[in-house]
Amino acid sequence: TKTRDNIVRGIDSVFSGFSAIDDDFYEELEEILIMGDIGVNATTAIVERLKQQVKEKHIKEPSECKQLLIESIKEQMQVDETAYDFEKEQSVIMVIGVNGVGKTTSVGKLAGKLKDEGRKVLIAAADTFRAAAGDQLAEWASRADVPMIGGKEGADPASVVFDAVNAAKARGVDVLLVDTAGRLHNKKNLMEELRKMNRIIDKEFPNAHRENLIVLDGTTGQNALVQAREFGEVADLTGIILTKMDGTAKGGIAVAIQSELKVPVKYIGVGESIEDLQKFNSDEFVNALFDV
Amino acid sequence: MAFESLTDKLQNVFKNLRSKGRLTEEDVKSALKEVKMALLEADVNFKVVKQFVKAVEERAIGQDVMNGLNPGQMVIKIVNEEMVNLMGSETTEIAMQPGKAITVIMMAGLQGAGKTTATAKIAGKLKLKGKKPLLVACDIYRPAAIEQLQINGKKQEVDVFSMGTDHKPAEIAKKAIAYAEKNGHNVVILDTAGRLHVDEDMMAELQEIKETVTVHQTLLVVDAMTGQDAVNVAKEFDEKVGVDGVILSKMDGDTRGGAALSIKAVTGKPILFVSMGEKLSDLEQFYPDRMASRILGMGDVLSLIDKA
Ligand SMILES: Nc1nc2c(ncn2[C@@H]2O[C@H](COP(=O)(O)OP(=O)(O)OP(=O)(O)O)[C@@H](O)[C@H]2O)c(=O)[nH]1
Ligand SMILES: Nc1nc2c(ncn2[C@@H]2O[C@H](COP(=O)(O)OP(=O)(O)OP(=O)(O)O)[C@@H](O)[C@H]2O)c(=O)[nH]1
Ligand SMILES: [Mg+2]
Ligand SMILES: [Mg+2]
Repeated sequence: TKTRDNIVRGIDSVFSGFSAIDDDFYEELEEILIMGDIGVNATTAIVERLKQQVKEKHIKEPSECKQLLIESIKEQMQVDETAYDFEKEQSVIMVIGVNGVGKTTSVGKLAGKLKDEGRKVLIAAADTFRAAAGDQLAEWASRADVPMIGGKEGADPASVVFDAVNAAKARGVDVLLVDTAGRLHNKKNLMEELRKMNRIIDKEFPNAHRENLIVLDGTTGQNALVQAREFGEVADLTGIILTKMDGTAKGGIAVAIQSELKVPVKYIGVGESIEDLQKFNSDEFVNALFDV
Repeated sequence: MAFESLTDKLQNVFKNLRSKGRLTEEDVKSALKEVKMALLEADVNFKVVKQFVKAVEERAIGQDVMNGLNPGQMVIKIVNEEMVNLMGSETTEIAMQPGKAITVIMMAGLQGAGKTTATAKIAGKLKLKGKKPLLVACDIYRPAAIEQLQINGKKQEVDVFSMGTDHKPAEIAKKAIAYAEKNGHNVVILDTAGRLHVDEDMMAELQEIKETVTVHQTLLVVDAMTGQDAVNVAKEFDEKVGVDGVILSKMDGDTRGGAALSIKAVTGKPILFVSMGEKLSDLEQFYPDRMASRILGMGDVLSLIDKA
């Protein structure tokens, strides 16, 4: 189930039942979007925009409507080519998010990918809290064949970050990946700890290209929007890694986040192996949204 | 949050209403539109919302408005009753085997849901009740899964059984139960790997455990932040493996947890516990009525209704 080969089939079945653009048609569209976790607000906005266009362009056929809608979401979700510049520059990437979403796994996958591209990679184990977090990341570092710093349970994560940044500079590392502990965005202390880590990187390595990637579980509902907003408050978000997209969830909340917070999805996680990380493809993503 | 504002919205809907007699179709419909939105914002599954709203509508139209309530509150009262109806009003305990017999509990769920943490938490709870639990490392895939369980077991001062990563989970479970019999353990908790409900091989692995040993309770751990897909997950786990109860994790967040309602509506299985944090003592009894007002965001109105 790692590829999404049954994508295209779905879209047409959605629209085929309608011969006119009427309330039922719009309602069905709304249902599909909401079932994909896009949320009530974003869905209403998307459908309103569509209605406007239908009126302005005098569209009569449901099929034309479908194309319009798909194109507009695709365009919205499009990622700039510059989004991946950090892969080629000297950069520090902090990977953040709530508990269990796939941060450590994504760090491992990203390390493997960058290493394959010939980059010199270093991993910092700044989750010193969760049981065996360091062991888990060490296993990923070994799979990716890159060195790792830190990982002692109970150590101060900020000091791990400090050490790692300085090691990265001293060793001439291209990309430093920082794995952080899972934390819920409503935990004040833990969020302040993250702010501090972010500041240390800025201060210790001002010339580095900075990325803060928030990892969101593709299965998550409306709370992911709050997560993105709150994490963005303590560390500027530069992108999303949307994980567990090999399941049946559609990850539609990313659309709401893109429209409200303008944070693009950069990668998707499609499994538990090291190669299961893909650059985000807006066409495939939107097609899958309509696969019912 | 949309939570608080449902009360306001409903008050607005009924602001211009003078009638105090019976709920008219129009009253009910406009109120339920707001309720529907609130439920969707809380991540209750769309289909469940539709069914639910229909049931409420049928019951509410023509009902007498109780003294002391306005029509909006009356609708909410019915909504709440229907919701408690659906969620059940009683708390449920894990069913234990009688006497000295060993109770075997198997944890199951998607990746990262909180199974390993919940395994250790439940062990702690049972230990307090005088049981002697054994934790079993049946996750042979996730890097450092065994170490994680061992560390948590140590913190809880309960034994952890593992055979490394080269044996099948069913075989590990079997050996663990033999070990438990020999060493006087009366509860065995199997921590299994996270898996997708659509992953046939991995789902078959859980079936194999159940065919190999007697599992008395299969507990599905579900992240409270799960969106519309929660119903698919719960249904598939129940159909393919059989689920006896649900644990709702990460409820210390600010999600409204509509997944709870969806899962209950689709599987009918009781929610046993809510997990409220990363500390191993953060496991609480599940109270359906509290969950109902959390999903609806109507705590204040409910207490008002109670007084009426
Ligand atoms: N199916 C699937 N599973 C994934 C994916 N990414 C991560 N996982 C699994 O999700 C679980 C949690 O992943 P972790 O990388 O430990 O998540 P984390 O965010 O680091 O978790 P904490 O550090 O505990 O907050 C593991 O079982 C991973 O194998 C994915 O894209 N697809
Ligand atoms: N805030 C919070 N975090 C939790 C809760 N339960 C578990 N976690 C965290 O969620 C993450 C995943 O928990 P695990 O117990 O490893 O989840 P799992 O289901 O065993 O994961 P896999 O074995 O990878 O499928 C860890 O960071 C836990 O500390 C909870 O109730 N609240
Ligand atoms: Mg981690
Ligand atoms: Mg686990």
